[in-house]
Amino acid sequence: MATAESALHNATAHDHHDHEHHDNFITKYIFSTDHKMIGKQFLVTGIFWAIIGGALSIIFRLQLGFPDMELHWLKPLLGGWIDEGGKLDPNFYLALVTMHGTIMVFFVLTAGLSGTFSNYLIPLQIGARDMASGFMNMLSYWLFFVSGVIMFISLFIETGPASGGWVVYPPLSALEQAMPGSGLGMTLWLISMTFFIASSLLGGINYITTVINLRTKGMSFSRLPLTIWAFFLTAVIGLLSFPVLFSAALLLVFDRSFGTSFYLSDIYIGGEALPNTGGSAVLYQHLFWFLGHPEVYIVLLPALGITSEIIATQSRKPIFGYKAMIISMLGIAILSFVVWAHHMFVSGMNPFLGSIFMFLTLIIAIPSAVKVFNYLTTLWRGNLIFTPGMLFSIGLVSFFISGGLTGIFLGNSAIDIQLHDTYFVVAHFHLVMGSASFFGLMAGVYHWFPKMFGRMMDARLGYIHFWLTFIGVYMVFFPMHYIGIAGFPRRYYSWTNFEFTNMYTDLNMFVSAAAIITFAAQAIFLFNFFYSMYRGRKAPMNPWRSTTLEWTTPVNPGHGNWPGEIPAVYRWPYDYSKPGAAEDFIPQTVPLSATPESNLPHEQELVKLEKEIIAEEEAMLVADETKTV
Amino acid sequence: MYGFLIAVGVLLLLSIIWMVYRIQTLVSVVKGSDKKVVTGSNKVNALMFILFLVGAGGLMFWYSIKEFDNYNLPVASEHGVVTDQLFWVTMAVTGIVFIITHILLFIFPYKYQYSERRTASFYPDNNKLEVIWTVVPAIVLALLVIGGWRAWTDITAPAPENAHVVELMGYQFAWEVRYPGMDNVLGANDYRLTNASNVSGVDFTDRNSLDDFSSPVVYIPKGEPVLFKIRARDVLHSVFAPHMRLKMDAVPGMPTRFWFVPTKTTAEMRAELNNPEFNYEIACTEICGRGHFSMKREIVVVEPDEFRKWVADQKPYIVNNPALVADLPLELKELAEITISEYK
Ligand code: HEM
Ligand SMILES: [Cu+2]
Ligand SMILES: [Cu+2]
Repeated sequence: MATAESALHNATAHDHHDHEHHDNFITKYIFSTDHKMIGKQFLVTGIFWAIIGGALSIIFRLQLGFPDMELHWLKPLLGGWIDEGGKLDPNFYLALVTMHGTIMVFFVLTAGLSGTFSNYLIPLQIGARDMASGFMNMLSYWLFFVSGVIMFISLFIETGPASGGWVVYPPLSALEQAMPGSGLGMTLWLISMTFFIASSLLGGINYITTVINLRTKGMSFSRLPLTIWAFFLTAVIGLLSFPVLFSAALLLVFDRSFGTSFYLSDIYIGGEALPNTGGSAVLYQHLFWFLGHPEVYIVLLPALGITSEIIATQSRKPIFGYKAMIISMLGIAILSFVVWAHHMFVSGMNPFLGSIFMFLTLIIAIPSAVKVFNYLTTLWRGNLIFTPGMLFSIGLVSFFISGGLTGIFLGNSAIDIQLHDTYFVVAHFHLVMGSASFFGLMAGVYHWFPKMFGRMMDARLGYIHFWLTFIGVYMVFFPMHYIGIAGFPRRYYSWTNFEFTNMYTDLNMFVSAAAIITFAAQAIFLFNFFYSMYRGRKAPMNPWRSTTLEWTTPVNPGHGNWPGEIPAVYRWPYDYSKPGAAEDFIPQTVPLSATPESNLPHEQELVKLEKEIIAEEEAMLVADETKTV
Repeated sequence: MYGFLIAVGVLLLLSIIWMVYRIQTLVSVVKGSDKKVVTGSNKVNALMFILFLVGAGGLMFWYSIKEFDNYNLPVASEHGVVTDQLFWVTMAVTGIVFIITHILLFIFPYKYQYSERRTASFYPDNNKLEVIWTVVPAIVLALLVIGGWRAWTDITAPAPENAHVVELMGYQFAWEVRYPGMDNVLGANDYRLTNASNVSGVDFTDRNSLDDFSSPVVYIPKGEPVLFKIRARDVLHSVFAPHMRLKMDAVPGMPTRFWFVPTKTTAEMRAELNNPEFNYEIACTEICGRGHFSMKREIVVVEPDEFRKWVADQKPYIVNNPALVADLPLELKELAEITISEYK
């Protein structure tokens, strides 16, 4: 024991004084600085928000699919927002849409996905005891929590939550006279988002620092699992773009409360002409989408990272084109900053800018295509094991293709004239961003649950959950393409006012029914998740026979992750089914010198170098031992 | 009642899940299958992918063909024909990619499902392949962009001199339609002049505004260029004329524009669609508040002669409401009164 303890001390990069942890409930479960607990906190909070966000969408889908339905039964929940006739208030319809978007994009898919897995996996997969700053990490979670509390409160105030769409364009969001949601609800939205941005930045700085500084011996950047690459680049994107959202929000606060005119000009509303002149509503859109577009990749990249890892593991094959995958992600990360104005082709900005952004936008489709081809080739001639995590990963690839291809229509400004702000866009981003990232989240939960909770989730419930959700998502979002091509605009409370939209009541009903079923199917997951946490089958140490470092920790890793020394790394993370090897996987911790039978020619040369390093290390260990004993 | 039903439904669902779960756990323990790498489910899942491919693919083709005339809006503008063509070319290209990639994505799981007798092939990279599938999409995309770019520059080019000007001003929650009158020049406007009798904030000290008139519908001639001058007076709105393939935001403080050439009169379109009720419509596509879903204006496309006659028949603002010019400086007022008397 003494040797293990001392080894632990020496190998710790930062000072790690606490010998025995006497965690009480509060330091263990609430104000925890352990990255694993913080990851789980993000996960559970994310699940909570997913339920809220999903429920909101069910309410507005009822309105769209069954416009004649009487909603009296929702009165206990929605109160005055349901009128005497049992009809949903149109203002509240917009509030629902807005809150659904905000919650899903930021709370579920940014915090819930990136927050959970960056926190949980970065230290475990790079071989670190914890994050660079445990305290900042804790702060990051609690700022997110506060942000959530504020947003939650805003759902219940008398004038309703923010209602200007998740993009909250001014002047609508700036003027209280314009709609009830632009009053207190919007103020709370802005405060909440400020906390959220602070949380993201603290988290992001931590992820970046940790990946750069705390990798274990031998874990060079070219040996990082693709998950880590994805989390790392995501954090960089977030760090560069969230501050811009903050500035947009700040200027909006000034316009709302301090009489400035950043976004306001020439406005006559509520029977009076406002004094503001010289502002530009389009300026806000530029600032917003400078975050907004990178944000879609902040949401998607971690999901792609998770999928890469799972597809390789469960195909028992190395990921095809490891380097190409990294280069594509880098390309996406950089390009994501120069395509934002494709959301604004018909905003009134200079059409010449439209041309520029059309070219840049279609360039970003190339790395996306490369990723898809690489996934397909990884499956090709694999030996596929369909764990629920694998199923969700394959589902993600399907959504990524379906939604990515419609991006090529929208990125073409001439075609976008017709499609902008129609249901075609809704279909596009729900598939490529919403559903793909959600599937990444699910895949990750199923795959790493054994590590998180030391128990297995039930596979068969996982299959049922997957198939219901996969088919359900397509039934919900695929028909929206037709509706969108027919020209149905977004954020409409009802379709009956226009001849060109006064059709497809059947299809809208179908979509709503599919949405309800898909939403209900998530109960299977919830049951599986919480039940397995306490009663699931005990997990073995490496249930998926995976090569990465997290599976070398004990089944229930304690504070510091490895009881002994942190293992060193000798190879890349994708040595699956290597010819000559005894097993169909070789963990990253196995030295090349131990596997002469399977080494490739260039690896054979590394063996000598490796032997020297090992000898050196052993000498150090012996020296340590003599010191402490 | 609904609440009760839902509660029962949820309870039922939960108990079914619970039972299925217990039974299959017991079964798997009896069979000892929890110790194997894969269970029989692996085969079922692999097969499901094929079923999904066939089922969903079939559904997609069936519905796309059956509903084609429904979702494919008739087009009634010159540039609309071009953008529609771009749309369908893109659809063909992406459609092929969509189908091929999905066939591979769902066949591979079936074909390469786990078998103890096989090992996966160790195939970490192939530079040639990677170059091919980087370069080929790049070329295809470049071609698509160039098509789009040409159309876009034509559409957004300055309107021809002779274009008929129509001003569309969005406000909560309607469109105000203003015509420049015989001179085809809109009078100036200032949002501070807005009031109940001057919705558009027209500045009547500008001579050009004396013959401006408003109209409950957007009346335009077929075959001649029409220029929409678009603005908003309170929040963002967006002019969307789906049959014209036209969309442009209305921004307070920043006038925007969109010009086009209508190609079919309303009457022709009614005949073509065999629908005597048909009307061209304008909707709002930028969220603007409670009434966003109801900002409708009709567009009536007529033959050019009929259009000219219609314009000549319209009464300017100041004729309908002489009070508008009551406070003007003397010289202008006389001019206005002459105009008014001309129309009487
Ligand atoms: C193949 C690459 C892609 C292209 C060319 C593309 C293009 C576009 C364009 C042009 C729009 C604006 C459409 C409009 O409002 O008229 C758009 C909207 C959107 N895209 Fe993509 N996209 C691509 C991939 C993605 C990915 C990977 C994501 C997410 C991970 C994504 C998420 C979104 C979202 C969220 C919106 C809508 C935002 C809103 O208006 O509320 N897109 N896309
Ligand atoms: Cu974008
Ligand atoms: Cu609107």
